[in-house]
Amino acid sequence: MTESTEPLSPRARLAVTAGKAAAAVSRAAGRGSGSVIGGRVALKLDPDLLARLAGHLDVVLVSATNGKTTTTRLIAEALRAGGPVVSNALGANMPAGITSALAGGSDARYGVIEVDEKYLAGVARDVEPKVIALLNLSRDQLDRAAETRMLAEHWRTGLEGSKATIVANCDDPLVVWAASSSAHVVWVAAGQEWKDDAWSCPACGGVLQRPDDGFVCGECGFARPQPTWVLSGDHVLDPHGSAWPIHLQLPGRANKANAASSAAVAAVFGIAPQVALERMYSVAAVAGRYDVVTYQNRELRLLLAKNPAGWLETFSLIDPPPTPVVLSVNARGADGTDTSWLWDVDYTRLAGHPIAVIGDRRLDLAVRLEVAGLEFTVHDTLQQAIGALPPGRIELIANYTAFQDVRRVVGN
Amino acid sequence: MSDTSLRVVWIYPDLLSTYGDQGNVLVVERRARRRGLKVDRIDVRSDQPIPTSGDIYLIGGGEDRPQRLAAERLRRDGGLQRSVNNGAIVFSVCAGYQILGHEFVNDLGNPEPGLGLLDVVSVRGEAERCVGDVLADVDPALGLPELTGFENHQGVTHIGPGARPLATVRLGKGNGIGDGNEGAWNDTVFGTYLHGPVLARNPLVADHLLKLALDVNALPPVDDRWYDALRAERIASAAQPA
Ligand SMILES: [Zn+2]
Repeated sequence: MTESTEPLSPRARLAVTAGKAAAAVSRAAGRGSGSVIGGRVALKLDPDLLARLAGHLDVVLVSATNGKTTTTRLIAEALRAGGPVVSNALGANMPAGITSALAGGSDARYGVIEVDEKYLAGVARDVEPKVIALLNLSRDQLDRAAETRMLAEHWRTGLEGSKATIVANCDDPLVVWAASSSAHVVWVAAGQEWKDDAWSCPACGGVLQRPDDGFVCGECGFARPQPTWVLSGDHVLDPHGSAWPIHLQLPGRANKANAASSAAVAAVFGIAPQVALERMYSVAAVAGRYDVVTYQNRELRLLLAKNPAGWLETFSLIDPPPTPVVLSVNARGADGTDTSWLWDVDYTRLAGHPIAVIGDRRLDLAVRLEVAGLEFTVHDTLQQAIGALPPGRIELIANYTAFQDVRRVVGN
Repeated sequence: MSDTSLRVVWIYPDLLSTYGDQGNVLVVERRARRRGLKVDRIDVRSDQPIPTSGDIYLIGGGEDRPQRLAAERLRRDGGLQRSVNNGAIVFSVCAGYQILGHEFVNDLGNPEPGLGLLDVVSVRGEAERCVGDVLADVDPALGLPELTGFENHQGVTHIGPGARPLATVRLGKGNGIGDGNEGAWNDTVFGTYLHGPVLARNPLVADHLLKLALDVNALPPVDDRWYDALRAERIASAAQPA
């Protein structure tokens, strides 16, 4: 797929130009990066544009409920060892944003593309990817009716017959179900901390038995496949059994898992794990996530958690008590307007931390924490919350729009 | 209630716990403990028998296929029906509410028998999914303040003569018939379409379940500051045009 294909048709070129113009206008009008609106204009002029832009690239698609933006970044860094990369690094992950990102990479060799879960099958049809990385699937924004199991089914039918190599997490039963209709799968034992969406067998509905880290259905035999790549503590084991150390600036087990999957993707392109992993160290923050900022004489670490699985992974990476924690939750359109997911998060894990609560839906959080038996304070603004906490390191965990609010306040 | 502790049974968390409804279990447990009661919480997976010794049974919402599987397994098990015949309290939400009725429409589009513990029959609505905040006035016979919650379903539920509407919506769709009814109840069995979770938004409903289980008319007061603040905010926000 690396051989150069025919140049863009006049129509496609016009579409790219029109898209760039629209993006420039949108930027000038102060409406963000303009990448989405640019892509939308371009796609309207030439609906096949995405396919044509991807035609000369080795494409990797990355999808998951959590970690897709970070993993896209890690894979992009790794593949730069082999040539120029174009990527939708800012997380514009629907077709318009993807088109816009690819339009800026005419001399790239690789396209590393984060794709929203709901669009994965369609984008995979359009761009004929060489690799598709599937990390995890769990409940997210439920009032938008994207039911997790249906999503797994959608992936499964959409990927059936795909020529791509699927790099998939063998520890997530829904991902295994989605990937196992494909001919070429590389299984990565990347772990799964959140198990509540996968107690019933995706194949037959039987109860999954989950001994240790495996899973098996007593009724139909659906079971965890044997991995060829394994995340083992701070190392990734490659298919030859060699252990490579993972050194990341990004914190937490989940990011080690993302690195392991990224190393497996890089290996498909002939990039050795040690080379890939070394390059991943350069990633310090992803669209503001994991950034540490100084604010009101405190060191504030900004952590994004959008759904129960994300919150659980985040609790496992924060500094231990007595490090204070600020929690912020909104329920605007991009967050999902239903806050009931808060009750799927085990907040008792925060016992011992001083807790301050902010955000549009701070009262939902307050009741949640009261029922969890925790001590906490509630504040109208970030400034007040920080002022109530001692100097030093503070962990701040927020969901999507709440995170953007915080970035604006701290000037990040 | 056994001699020593209140037994709260959570039915099938592996199948029916999609929309934060385990919060209902947590709220019942917490409010009982705050009254100094000992609580025995029993989570029953769908490959385990339903214990018949429970005082309060809670059952939540879920996706379409797990709902069918849950109905099949509950019918086969029979424990919940026996418990209700012995006077147990049941509080159910959404998919769980439909399962307690005589019949609902399953993921294959076919009528699926329920447990017949509530005199209701559910079909699938033709209109678009009901999603959003709900505000509803509770059946005056229950003496409870207005309900606030969040609905997300496509069900339409008809109430027979053996049950009464739990509430009348001021905002939202509820049972989806168009008559404003939301949920259903008889003496000891309650069903609602409301998530939120509904008992966190309406702690006095949780207390009502506790009173029924304990067979008392009143409970010692607890600190409801945060519940009250949340209720006031959600009710005010629902009353405001979007
Ligand atoms: Zn099975």
